[in-house]
Amino acid sequence: MPPILVIARLTVQESSRRRLLLALLVLTLVVVGFSAWGFNKITTVTNSQGQTLPPDQVALVSSQLLIVIVFMFSGVLALSAAVVAGPLISGEVESGLLLSMLARPVRRSEIVVGKWLGLAVLVGVYAAGAGLLELAAVEWATGYLPPHPIDLILYVAAEGLVLLSLGMLLSTRLSGITAGVIALVAWLIAWIAGVVGDIGTGLQNQALQNVGVVSHLLLPSDGLWRGAIFAMEPDTLIASMRALGTFGRANPFAAVDPPPTEFLMWVVIWFAGMLALSVWSFRTREI
Amino acid sequence: MAEVAQKTEAAISTEVAAGTPAVKTVELTKRFGSTVALAGLTMTVPRGEVFGFLGPNGAGKTTAVKLLLGLLKPTAGEGWLLGKRVGDLQTRRRIGYLPELFRYQSWLSAAEVLALHCELAPLPRSSWKDEIGTALETVGLTDRAKDRVGTFSKGMQQRLGLGAALLGEPELVFLDEPTSALDPVGRHDVREIIRGLAARGSAVFLNSHLLSEVEQVCDRVAVVDHGRVIASGTMDELLGGSAVRVRVTGLTQADKNDLSSFGRIDDEGDQLTFAKLEPNRVPELVAAIVAKGGRVYEVAPRHETLEDRFLQLLEEEEK
Repeated sequence: MPPILVIARLTVQESSRRRLLLALLVLTLVVVGFSAWGFNKITTVTNSQGQTLPPDQVALVSSQLLIVIVFMFSGVLALSAAVVAGPLISGEVESGLLLSMLARPVRRSEIVVGKWLGLAVLVGVYAAGAGLLELAAVEWATGYLPPHPIDLILYVAAEGLVLLSLGMLLSTRLSGITAGVIALVAWLIAWIAGVVGDIGTGLQNQALQNVGVVSHLLLPSDGLWRGAIFAMEPDTLIASMRALGTFGRANPFAAVDPPPTEFLMWVVIWFAGMLALSVWSFRTREI
Repeated sequence: MAEVAQKTEAAISTEVAAGTPAVKTVELTKRFGSTVALAGLTMTVPRGEVFGFLGPNGAGKTTAVKLLLGLLKPTAGEGWLLGKRVGDLQTRRRIGYLPELFRYQSWLSAAEVLALHCELAPLPRSSWKDEIGTALETVGLTDRAKDRVGTFSKGMQQRLGLGAALLGEPELVFLDEPTSALDPVGRHDVREIIRGLAARGSAVFLNSHLLSEVEQVCDRVAVVDHGRVIASGTMDELLGGSAVRVRVTGLTQADKNDLSSFGRIDDEGDQLTFAKLEPNRVPELVAAIVAKGGRVYEVAPRHETLEDRFLQLLEEEEK
């Protein structure tokens, strides 16, 4: 097996043996169970005439609640990715774990890419597993299924990968805890900067709008989250928000348009750049 | 058939490289900012030799090993391992390494750690079982093969690291303080392992500050201090002289200072060791002590140990 795949397998194996996967699975099942119960209650809510809500209103409420639940899932994924990626390289350099491995015919780039690949698999599996479970629970409880479920999972997974990539780059030079904290703070700042950009759109203020654009370029996590939101919104909701004009766009939990193709292309370049930077940074680090 | 071809290729490669030393460095230098960790190390370690690299803590021993393994980049100078420039990926297939800071995946079993190193080495999968079994037996961990490394004591982890360094019958093995966590039995085992490596023709680069250990197994040594080699040679070359230990009371510090004309004194209170004192000068020494009012209880001539020589070298270096 090529060294990259050996390192990737080792990374997955470590998460499994350290029971990280089990912990995430149990927590996910608990959240999905509770949310299924909560979604089911939407169908039993009655209005002042004692009638249950019509299907279009159930779909509207469900879509909004689903956005909040998925925001939590994406947050857990982003936080987990940052916390796990923070000590990914530095932890093993500091402990000496990498010394004997790097004396083997293994390139440092293979260590970096292998570790990224291993965690990327975990991020993808978690996003797909938790996403499909949650969507199945919502569909069972309310009959509502978001219009673009696959896109939703891809956007959430990509957001996790953004944090993983940032955490790993920082981990090539900084201690695990510092790298993890910086990645987390950067994620929150990017989200807030995205909100500021929305407000700028609402107020038609170019400077504030630019804050959002620049933050999406530097750390595309919020831009990808907007893609996930768009994938969850019913067409009727999008149409009504579009009718509101710029004010309809000033909402951090709403997206009127899907992420532009240029942005998605930039995300691909961003990932390649982060990996290349990580490899360069680790190759030039003295151990 | 393929295996035969592989062996033939390996044999030819070994033959071609046989004339090259196991380790060669020319003015290898490493600075960390203004701190000089290694100052122009020039040395050659022939194949099949057990080479001791001695020095006090912080002398630059581990830095030298890390430079040779490509874990650090030299500020200046060059190095070759088994005839190839330092950093050559293929050469690392033929090298074993036990780091000073030994740590292995705590969530894996001992056998799994060794399998990982077989895979990274890389060794043919068909040989893994034998390689792992032999390595575990050599370092005395056969009974703990399936136990998680996280449950191991430091000494057992060091044994495991040694086992990993022995996988694939390497031509050159770097052992950085290989007995730092071991008990006397473990130290004895390591000496036997080193002798076994030498017997089958592997070169061993032994970093240590445990001088008795080095003295017992090394063919040649180099003493390094403050990043510089201050002496090197075979044991016979380094330990040419003899020493005399005297148990004496009744001497003042001034008396002891006067007696330093007989040689460098290692003063341990009632025990004075005179380095490099020839046996024929012992009566003269005893007479001088008695003349100063000293009461002599024991006089024991002995050969100079590596420790005597090491301390002498460091003392000379300080001056």
